[in-house]
Amino acid sequence: MPYEAWKDNEYIEKLVKELQESGTNVVVGSLDKLINWGRSNSIWPLTFATSCCGIEFVSLGAARYDMARFGWEVARASPRQADFMMVAGTIVHRMVPVFRRLYDQLAEPKYVIACGSCAISGGPFKKSYHVAMGIEDIVPVDVFIPGCPPRPEAMIYGIMQLSRKIKVEKFFGGVNRQEKQEEFLKAHPVPGVND
Amino acid sequence: MSNIREKISTVLPEAVIEDGDIMQVTVPDAKWHDFAKTLRDDSDLAFDFLVTIVGMDWKENGMGCIYYLTSTKHNTHISVKVMATGDREQPLIHSIHDLWAIATIFEREVYDFFGIIFINNPDMRRLFLNIDWKGYPLRKDYDANPDINPVSIENERQTDFTDVWTEDADGKVVKHERRIFKPEDFVVNIGPQHPATHGVLRFRTAVDGEIIKKIDIYLGYIHRGVEKICEGLTYPQTLHFMDRLDYFSAHPYHHCLCMLIEEAAGIQISRRAQVIRVLMDELSRIASHCLFIGTYCMDLGATTMLFYTLRVREQILDIMEKTCGARMTFNYDCIGGVMQDLHPDFVKDVHALLDVLPANIKEYNKIFTGNVIAKNRMENVGVLTRHDAISWAVTGPNGRGSGWACDVRKCAPYSIYSELDFEEIVREEGDSMARFKVRMDEMVQSARIIEQLIDNIPEGDYCVKVPKVIKLPAGHWFKMVEGCRGTFGVYLESDGTVNPYRLKLATPCLPAAAVVDHITEGQKIADLITIGGSLDYIVPDIDR
Repeated sequence: MPYEAWKDNEYIEKLVKELQESGTNVVVGSLDKLINWGRSNSIWPLTFATSCCGIEFVSLGAARYDMARFGWEVARASPRQADFMMVAGTIVHRMVPVFRRLYDQLAEPKYVIACGSCAISGGPFKKSYHVAMGIEDIVPVDVFIPGCPPRPEAMIYGIMQLSRKIKVEKFFGGVNRQEKQEEFLKAHPVPGVND
Repeated sequence: MSNIREKISTVLPEAVIEDGDIMQVTVPDAKWHDFAKTLRDDSDLAFDFLVTIVGMDWKENGMGCIYYLTSTKHNTHISVKVMATGDREQPLIHSIHDLWAIATIFEREVYDFFGIIFINNPDMRRLFLNIDWKGYPLRKDYDANPDINPVSIENERQTDFTDVWTEDADGKVVKHERRIFKPEDFVVNIGPQHPATHGVLRFRTAVDGEIIKKIDIYLGYIHRGVEKICEGLTYPQTLHFMDRLDYFSAHPYHHCLCMLIEEAAGIQISRRAQVIRVLMDELSRIASHCLFIGTYCMDLGATTMLFYTLRVREQILDIMEKTCGARMTFNYDCIGGVMQDLHPDFVKDVHALLDVLPANIKEYNKIFTGNVIAKNRMENVGVLTRHDAISWAVTGPNGRGSGWACDVRKCAPYSIYSELDFEEIVREEGDSMARFKVRMDEMVQSARIIEQLIDNIPEGDYCVKVPKVIKLPAGHWFKMVEGCRGTFGVYLESDGTVNPYRLKLATPCLPAAAVVDHITEGQKIADLITIGGSLDYIVPDIDR
């Protein structure tokens, strides 16, 4: 897709500027580029769908829209093997803790796409007593795909945006940060357990 | 109808009988259980199919339930209204779970929404909402302030116990606790995030080695409160939620609610609109069954089938997209007809579909149906008898796979179905293979219906003129259609304003999911996927 055809180039340019403000080492920078090229071309989704949008995601996987062209076809049922989560459908009160746990189980670096108006803002169920009004309050979101449900083409555009974002990220010392076990345990204490 | 009326007045003289679209009998709660037993067992009445239980809150006039019953023997319908005794703090009705198996889960739903307690129901837990949820959302005085029930990322409290309310010797109602699983049971949790539960459904499964002992179905992971939202909307606004329940049956569900509102408002729609609606219903049935076959085969390990079946589905979606402007949530049927006229290419495209469909179905059968692995995994797995199918209210292709001729298009024809020539597919085996084959054959029958109509679409208005503001007279109506997964019923009560007073959606997938416990008992845990897949439930349709 030619660069001019994208609709939000200002945003990505701003992001690139922010990310590269502190400058990059030549060696690490080149390695980043290589690794990001690989990462951005094989983003594996988590099989996660709650409602209508999930069916369009199935269509996206089938022969006509064929997401295998982009390297997204390896849908994983376990969050520990997936790179990003496509939140396809409404998230309701009872689902919120489950959804949050799935997000926590995704291995870093991880990304979230809010797909469809329910995931973005509650959509047609805005007046409901049992629907979470947008997933942004629960997890950080990288890309929003509007629609009810979004067409598979829109989903392709959305995931390509994500892959563009991955391409400009700083990998070493950036998203590849590793937390030391002691630090993690200090930040997440379990009551009654002394490590 | 008159002999039912006579029979009822001899059995229960104090019953108040009202005529309407469906005869309504008002019965006091004290006599309800015995009367229900007569309704079911008397051979002249034989109301063996409990369609739905509608919980109601009439504000100062008390709370109660309306039971919709159908006789599969005589093809007659009746509704029974039972007022709850006790005050709003603790409204009480006697349970009928021992007469109709599905009543256990329907009563739990009413308890969840209205707080009506069913005496003797063995499982009085909430069905969709958390145990700590404050208030009963479908009551008219429910406080919807989000601060009372905030969104929490903490895990919800779980319990191994359920409540049972019984009457002691003095007639006083007392509460007991009952364990759901036995203390020695080994319980495996399946779902809500599981690729083979077809959505966010959770089974708590007690297993003995590989054998399933009991399944506790845990719902509500996509409960969106559609019924409550509808009470605050005007009639045309309520329509678009029908797309989002069972998103494959968007057209039939729309059709049902539109017919109901048109009947209540006395609107006659044109012949052209009726033909278009039926065409769309049948096209969506083919598309829905195609996706069922694809995902079901994928559950069983035959991934390739999904690509073959989605090929036909995409073709149908293209046809719909040209006319309706969307691929999934069409919002096409409207009060008075349909939203816009057919696309000029419609007839040509449908002919192209009909040309390729027989070859495709032949191909599916060749690849999958005769396959020895498929046969071993599906035949005699998850057998549901006809009697149990009726008692559990499992309608649609699942019920027909068990030998129950329950197609609403045949037994209570609506729209123009009575003029059409098609067969109702019924198989006697009741296993997963039968449910699969019923759907295969139904695609052929749907194609037959489309063939009869496609060249004779009459000229005329696609939508008649309707008032800008639709107001229904005070009253109540119930309508059923054949969705892609079974009988879909809508109960509508109006108090004469522009909003519905109560809109109850009786969806076919709730019984289909509830029956999983019954079918899987004593089966292998690996067969749970086969059985669950063959029942083809859609989780947003269960939870609403």
